[in-house]
Order: sequence, then structure tokens, then C-alpha cells
Amino acid sequence: MEPLLDVPNFAATSEPLPIPSPEPSGRPEVRLTPRQWVRQNLFATPFGSLLTIVFGLALAYATYRLAWFVLVSSNWEIVRRNLRLFMIGRFPFDEVWRLWASLYVVAGLGGLLSGATVASAEQLALAAGREVTRPGRWDWLRRYWPALMAVGVILSQTRTWTPTLLTLAGIALLAASRWLGRQAPGLARFVWLGLLVGVIVVVQLIAGPGGVGWDDWGGLHLTLFVTVAGIALSFPLGVLVALGRRSSLPALRWMNVGFIELIRGVPLVTLLFLGHYVIPLFFPNTFQPPSPLARALIVITLFESAYVAETVRGGLQSIPRGQYEAAQALGLAPWKVTRLIVLPQALRAVIPAMVGQFISLFKDTSLLQIIGFVELLEVSENVISQPTFLGQRLHTVTFGFAALIYWAGAYTMSRESRRLEHRLGLGLGGRR
Amino acid sequence: MPEVEERQSRKVLALLFNVRILRIVGQLVAIGVLLGVAVYLSDNYQANTRQSTRTGWSFLDEPTGFNIAYSDFRAGQPVRDALWVGIRNTAASAVVGMVLAVTIGVVVGVLRLSRSWVARKAATIYVELLRNVPVLLIILFTAAWLRTLPRIESARSIGSVAVVSNRELAMMSPVAGDNFGVYALVLAVAAAAALGLATWRTRVSDRTGEPHHRVLWGGGVFLLVAVASYLVLDSPLTWSHPKTGDASIAGGASLDIGYVALTGALAIYHGSHIAEIVRGSIQSVPYGQTEAATAIGLSDFQRLRFVTLPQAFRVAVPPTINQCLSLTKNTSLGIAVAYSDVSSLGFRLIGSSRAPALQMIVILMVIYLVFSLTTSLLLNMVNRRLQLVER
Repeated sequence: MEPLLDVPNFAATSEPLPIPSPEPSGRPEVRLTPRQWVRQNLFATPFGSLLTIVFGLALAYATYRLAWFVLVSSNWEIVRRNLRLFMIGRFPFDEVWRLWASLYVVAGLGGLLSGATVASAEQLALAAGREVTRPGRWDWLRRYWPALMAVGVILSQTRTWTPTLLTLAGIALLAASRWLGRQAPGLARFVWLGLLVGVIVVVQLIAGPGGVGWDDWGGLHLTLFVTVAGIALSFPLGVLVALGRRSSLPALRWMNVGFIELIRGVPLVTLLFLGHYVIPLFFPNTFQPPSPLARALIVITLFESAYVAETVRGGLQSIPRGQYEAAQALGLAPWKVTRLIVLPQALRAVIPAMVGQFISLFKDTSLLQIIGFVELLEVSENVISQPTFLGQRLHTVTFGFAALIYWAGAYTMSRESRRLEHRLGLGLGGRR
Repeated sequence: MPEVEERQSRKVLALLFNVRILRIVGQLVAIGVLLGVAVYLSDNYQANTRQSTRTGWSFLDEPTGFNIAYSDFRAGQPVRDALWVGIRNTAASAVVGMVLAVTIGVVVGVLRLSRSWVARKAATIYVELLRNVPVLLIILFTAAWLRTLPRIESARSIGSVAVVSNRELAMMSPVAGDNFGVYALVLAVAAAAALGLATWRTRVSDRTGEPHHRVLWGGGVFLLVAVASYLVLDSPLTWSHPKTGDASIAGGASLDIGYVALTGALAIYHGSHIAEIVRGSIQSVPYGQTEAATAIGLSDFQRLRFVTLPQAFRVAVPPTINQCLSLTKNTSLGIAVAYSDVSSLGFRLIGSSRAPALQMIVILMVIYLVFSLTTSLLLNMVNRRLQLVER
């Protein structure tokens, strides 16, 4: 579970997640025979039949071309040879164990904490006398198939069995630690602490003594790092900006409005160039200016926090006045009204929109290739011009491979956000 | 005496904890911090750029030092003019991209709710494939694909309608003939007449309730006049057909590959987002409306045209405006395909140290802010009109 919701020491307002809100079905369910189904869904009207035929032919042709491309015509050698470049860029091979180790830390911690969060939410729900439906045995397959498929495709391009075995071990670790986490719902209180420890351990593992500094990172590893760091940094900043945007102090409000509108009116590329060329000039010359990646991260954080702020503002506006008034009537101090009453509800309301925002951050990391970072997209453009593969028109293969990875990540996240939206009863059709 | 002192100290304390004063102090502190940071940064900036020769804004009048491909711009012209070329190119990409994206979005969005299961699935695949992939990847892929077209020396013509090559695409285009001025005048008068007729038919329909057929009347008159005067004036418009020459394409209207890749990719990417908006807005119209429309005997098309879409429009317009704004900003990715939009020209100028980075980027930011504000102003006017029509 994303611990975005967890406000420390405060669990009461966040409705436990694993409780589905069953949709009240308005219309009776009709069972159709196959013949009726075909009539209604394929050949209902003459125009509908035309659409069916045209799009049927188009889809069949596209499927045929895709199958031909994947199985016959394309040469996957370029991906197989450069797989390491795609995954980790120029990260030294002798130090790769650090990445595997940190992956295991993430898997273990993630499983433990998510298991504990779900278990404690279930406990709360049971204590409140609500029904708890557990997901089915194969639910994870239905939920994560795009990501699993991408992992499968990546592993199918490896030349030795080691990465496959190591990945399977990681999945096993995830499953085991999640099971462990479910046995210990008490751990849910330490989610923030756990995440902090996890970040420190991972950073120390990769970039610590004897490790590899982040200027040598690349490929999918860099993409994921920038995404996660961008989310982690821009979320708190964005919430602060949103609160400042709604402040009753005009000076504070206008500063935040200015920040949000300025950032949102300008393309990210321009800001990245600003970070690239101009940020070093803002540092005193006695001071070592931050590295290119640090500058890019500063820019991405500022950029993303403006968008997060607008999203959170939507949530803040959706909180009825009565909530403020009731909290004030209880005698809560203004910051406590915000922290205990308003923010938990507002953040809960905007989870789906926030996930959408983070998906676009994940996709936007590809813009780093314009200012010269060797992330996933840049690798797939670079390898085409390797001497061995030059002039073979392999862009379809390499871009296709990169697109699959991006697609799997973004699509999995968007499905999860839709599921959350449904479960929390938000959105257009939800009951609230 | 001690009593007076105590009273005074209490007054001071009360003043200190007075909310109104605290608020003012807090704001002053915030402004002070902001100003302090700004002063500190600008001090550092000035200290760092003291050695550099290019400060201030005089660079705008100095020569650019490079030609801009696919335009008349030459290296000797000043930076100012180069920026104008860039602004025109950005606008060309943004406007065409918006029109295409909205068209794609509406068609695909409606298809996602079509009666045909196959069409629904095809539209879903389109949306879910493109929405979840970085737009830059789509742009680069489109550009790479266009570069596999035949080289310009061996450009391929499709009939005499179009010529494709890996540097330029050319389409046949209308060219003004002898009597073009007269013809344009006649067309303008015909358009005004058609508009007047349509308005009159609408009024008649409002008064009497008979069908207005305003498109038939207005369009018919316009078409009739256009064809008749075309024949009378002895073809005032002719077509210029593109022809392949050696290493160039003559005639027709030609578009460079960078423009096509950028605009096309932005259109299909943002089209997929707009399709989701359109679908969501149609689904936000209560199902009872659809059932009622079907019950009074409207056809599928009539149901969409008169019942569902007008109601859905109101919901769909604001998020679509946002998509158009983000499309405008995404034209800055032209730098990846060597299209001379304003930001890629700006970055080239910075890269060849013809312009100081800070000033150039400030100019770019102002340009994009103006673009965004104009777009949102125009589209918001449309939006307000729609909302008014609604009531």
C-alpha cells in the first residue's frame, strides 16, 4: 500500500483500505445467450456492424503485424547485447551486487510494511463491525500483470540464468515478508520510520563507502530513482504550497499563487535547462555547485510540487466548512485543525489524482535525456548507432522495448489508482 | 507605581499576542525572507557573471550565427528575429496539434462507448497504449519512423497529390490564379449570405416549429455560388503539384519532418488523453437521458448530437483546455527532433553562447506564459459561451 495516507499517530479518519464499497446495481442483470450477445454487441445497427467489420479487420491486421514483428522480423540481438545498459547504464559491473542487495531491502521492507498496513486496516474494520473481503488467490496476477509481463520480457533477454534466479528470489522474499507483515499489524505504526530506515540503508548500500556515486547511474535504474526521489520530495513540498495557497495571510497566499502559476505555465524542458545552465550561477563561487543530477532533481521537485499543490488544493476545497467549524468549536488550534481534521480527509480525496500526477512524473523523467542524462529513453536511442547495429533500422526494437517498460509501469499504476478510486468511493460515479 | 508598570507590561504582552499584529508580522517576515533570498541569489549571480561579456539585453540585436532550416532566416539576422521565427513555428505546431488532438479525442472517445464491441476494444487499446507512454518517446519514434522514408534524392510521389521523403513531406496546395481577388470577394459575400440565411432559417424554425435545415440552406447557397463563380471566373485557384527534383521538392506545400513528427506525435498523445476526457464526460450524463432519447425514437446519431454531447460538452471543456495548454507546452520538445520551435532556438542560442542563459530562459518563460495565458483566455471565452448557451 502507498503510505501516502498515513498521518502519524492518527488512524481514525482514514477508512481502512481493504474494504470494498459494493456498487449498488441499479438495473437488473441480464444474462444473454452467445447469439444475443453477438447481436447486441457486434451487429446492433447497420452502422455498428460497419464499425465492427472495419475495426475487426484493422485489429486483425495490427495483431498479425505485431506478431510478425515480435516473432519473426525483428532482431532482438540489440536488446540482448545491451540489456545491462538498458537496466543500469554505466554502473560498474563489479558493484552490481549493491543494486541487488538494495532491491532485496526494498522487497523485504515493502512486503513487511504493506502486509502490516493491510492487516491493521483489517483489524480496525473488524473492530468497527464492518465486513472484510479478502482478495482472491489470483488477484495479484490480475492486478499486476502488466508489470509482471514486463519483468518477464526483460528476463527473457538475459543471457545467463543468474538474473532470473535472483529476481525469483526477490519475489519470494517479497511474498514471505508480506506474509510476516500480515502477522504483525502492530508494525503499521512504524511505516514512516521503516521507510526512513529503508531509504538510508539503500542509499548507503549503493552510494556509501566503496559504492557508486549517483552521477554514474543510468538506464532504468536512474529513471526509477528520479521518479521515487521526485515523488518523495515533491509531495511534502506540494502539500505545504497548497496550504500556503489557501492561507488567510494575503502575502503568503500570493507568493504561493505566483509560484504555482509561474511553474505551471512553463514547460519542464525550459526549467530543466534553467537548472542546467543557471542554477550553478546562483551559488557562491567558494561553494562547489551541485552535480547535474542534483540540479535536475531540484528542478523536478519544484516543478512537480506545483502540480501536487494544485491537486491537493482541489482536495482542500472539497472539505465542507462544517468540518473547520466543528474542529474550531472543539477548541483545536489552527494547525491542529489542519493536521488532524482537514488534511487527512483532503489527501484521501485526492489519492487517485495524485497517483495520476506521479504517473506523469514517471513519464516526464524521459525529458532528462534532452539535457544529456543516460536514462532509459536515451539508452534506447543511443544503442541504435552502435557500430554493430548501425543502419539496420532497429529503432522499432529498442523504442518498443523502452515503451514496454514505461507502459507497464504507468499502466499498472493507473489501474491501481482506478481501483483505489473505486474502493474509496471517489470519482464521478462513486457514492459519497 | 508597580501597578502602573505591570499594567504597561501587560499591554505590551497583549500587543505581542494580538492576532492581527502577529499576522502582519508574519507576512512581513515572509516577504523579508523572500527578498533576502532573492538578493542573496542575485548577488551570487552577479559575482559569477562578472567576467562574462554578455550581460544585459543587448544580445537581442546581435547576429544569430546560424541559419534556421526551412525558413528564410539567415545567420546575419539578429536574435530578436530568430525568436519571432521560433514563436511562429511554436504556434504553427500548437494550433494544428490542438485541432488534430481534439478531433482524435472526440472520435476515439465516442468510439469507446460505441455499440460495437470491437470498436470499443480498438479504442481502448489506442487510449491505454498511448496514454501510458512518455510523449517524448512517441515523438522520437515517429521521427525515427519518418526517417526510414526514401531519401530526398529518390523521393516517392503518391499520384501527383503528395511527395514523401525523409526530409520533407509535400502536399498539393492551392495557388492564387488571375482573378483570385475577385473570387475571394465573391466567396466572402457568399459566406455572409449563407450565414444570414442560416440565421433566418433558425428564426423561422423558432417561430413556426418547422425543421430549419440551416446547414442545407446556408451550405447549399455557399457551395452553389463558389462553384458557379469558379467556372465564370475561369479557375481563379489552381493547384500546385509537388514534383520531385534532385535533392529538392518543387511546388506544393512542404512540411519538414521535424514538424510532422512533433505535431503528429503530440496530436496522437494528447488525443488519447482527450478521448478519456470525452468518454468520462459522456458517461457523466445520466443513463436515463440516453434511455429517454432512445424511447422518443431518436437515432444513435441524433441521440449523440442533440441529447448526450451537448450535456457532456459542459463537463469536458475545462479539462480539454488543460490538455491544450499542456500540448502547447509540449511543443518545446521540438528540440528532440531538431524542429525550430522557440525553445529549441533559445537553447541553441545558449549552447552557441550567443545569448546569456538566464536572460534567454526568462524570455522563454515569458513567451510560454503569454502562450498559456492567451490559450486559456481564448478557450475560457469559448467555455463561458457554452455555459451561457446551456441556461
